[in-house]
Amino acid sequence: MPLGGDGGAPYLRIEGVTKRFAGHAAVNNVSLDIGRGEFFALLGPSGCGKTTLLRMLAGFERPDAGAILIDGQDMAQVPPYLRPVNMMFQSYALFPHMTVASNVGFGLRQDKRPKDEIATRVSKVLDLVHMGRHAQRKPGQLSGGERQRVALARALVKEPKLLLLDEPMAALDRKLREETRFELVRIQNRVGITFIMVTHDQEEAMTTASRVAVMQSGNIVQVGTPREVYEQPATRFVADFIGAVNLFDGKVVEARDGAVSVIVEGLDVPIQAQGAPLAAGTAVSLAIRPEKIVLTAAKPEGASNLVQGVVREIAYRGDLSTYRIDLPSQKAVRATVPNIDRLAGPAVEVGQQAWLSWSVSAPVVLTQ
Amino acid sequence: MIYGRRRIFVPLMMLLGFCFLYGPIVSLIVYSFNSSRLVTVWAGFSTHWYSELFHNDAILTAALLSLRIAAISATGALVLGTLAGFVLARYRRFHGRGLFGSMVTAPLVMPEVITGLSLLLLFVSLESIIGWPQGRGVLTILIAHMTFTLAFVAVVVEARLSAFDMSLEEAALDLGARPLKVFFVITLPLISPALVAGWLLAFTLSLDDLVITSFVSGPASTTLPMVIFSSVRLGVSPQINALATILVATVTVVVVIASRLMLTNEKRPPA
Repeated sequence: MPLGGDGGAPYLRIEGVTKRFAGHAAVNNVSLDIGRGEFFALLGPSGCGKTTLLRMLAGFERPDAGAILIDGQDMAQVPPYLRPVNMMFQSYALFPHMTVASNVGFGLRQDKRPKDEIATRVSKVLDLVHMGRHAQRKPGQLSGGERQRVALARALVKEPKLLLLDEPMAALDRKLREETRFELVRIQNRVGITFIMVTHDQEEAMTTASRVAVMQSGNIVQVGTPREVYEQPATRFVADFIGAVNLFDGKVVEARDGAVSVIVEGLDVPIQAQGAPLAAGTAVSLAIRPEKIVLTAAKPEGASNLVQGVVREIAYRGDLSTYRIDLPSQKAVRATVPNIDRLAGPAVEVGQQAWLSWSVSAPVVLTQ
Repeated sequence: MIYGRRRIFVPLMMLLGFCFLYGPIVSLIVYSFNSSRLVTVWAGFSTHWYSELFHNDAILTAALLSLRIAAISATGALVLGTLAGFVLARYRRFHGRGLFGSMVTAPLVMPEVITGLSLLLLFVSLESIIGWPQGRGVLTILIAHMTFTLAFVAVVVEARLSAFDMSLEEAALDLGARPLKVFFVITLPLISPALVAGWLLAFTLSLDDLVITSFVSGPASTTLPMVIFSSVRLGVSPQINALATILVATVTVVVVIASRLMLTNEKRPPA
């Protein structure tokens, strides 16, 4: 993924930034480059340091070490009210004693813009988020989704160099959240501002962001497009955190021509996988996504990886069904089958034996 | 069955509770319109005691003094108490915070006699060392009232600020407002219900304080509670009933207005 359109230096450069709270490093020597106009997501479980990193970009926390360069200027010691950065808060933080219009115009009034300019810019941005009709309401009279759009408008109106979004959809219900994702992407495309979003919801990050950084206990473990992070996770943590996965621990028995055989505890036959050449005896984990496992009642012909197990559970999820299969070693494996296939083929029911197979390209070989 | 009994029991208890709380006040108001000089004998309706009250210079002077002291000391206590409450709510760690917190709220639990006596001793020794304050009078009463009412303001303001969503202030900073402006444009309007409540609390406490005032007052500074108390010792005059009725009416009006104001201010989204 290229960094921004104009080549050159990245728009936001985070260099070796560290933040400690009471001796504990919440953000530990993090470096990251983000290009102009990107929709970037910081993804990780709670307590991984993603919010602290975002708050350092906004200026609410000062880094103990490192530099934050926005468009080439070091921002680490600049107070929040002088930064070309605006933030949309998780609680939205709308001022309850002001109308929607004066909430949105607040930032422009601080810059002492002329009255008519404020009025036009406020109504333009309210139209962008479809809130023009509610300009004279108070935040207390709005629904959760409407408040979220006002908060977005208030952060957008100053046309900041960076727009920070702290868990922007956490307070919305599921259906609204899905609509809002598309809406957010549409608005980002329209305004062209660089968005940096913090989220613990991997689905949210995958569907909205152009690039994702996965964080774990203060460190960035992987940066890439949603597709790269999902298909080629760098570590067991990433594989497990992004989507569902089956992890097998084992040892390399043979490696040649970009293919490895891995003997896995509890399985008689080694699993064949593609991967970098590794010395025999290396401890590895194999990550296999549930949707890459083919489930059949009869033994399939010519499959490269084949194991047998007993179906213990079937969870119907509408578009797909998730199967839990116990291998002879008692290890539970998850497999998902689209319901369109499940209903067409011969059914595998709970308590029956089933064959699991997958291609050599399905497992990802992980060394850490 | 249980429901049937509860239908009688709950309203009955409530009625008894109201009688206990408001019965004395109602009887006080009723007897203020009594034409008899005897407080316990009803002899017909009259507003005689009200007109007599308005010609009683001693009471009127004391009432005006009390109102002035209450207004000034409540305003002073509001400023100091807000500062103290702000520090206690926002600065969680500094040297002497524990001591500061307990000293600010000490008057809440300290017997008034002790507060009054210690203030008197302080004023006397201050006068002998630096010559200020000269004697006891309105100034010492004001200082004393601010001292004990600011504790109530501090507690009310601290409670409101602890429940305050800090991201509101951060959002204002983020949008370009400097810290001082954030305080005046965001924080102050949002805690104003607590400020109104704190001021009213301080005002009422100052208005009816007798014990502490008695310690620190001087010859020319007799407040209303002191006048009432000393006149009651010579026998209760129905004038006092009339005066109490006016006070109750005033307090009721002020409290109703204040709670209306607070209601309109409190209409905010659920946190």
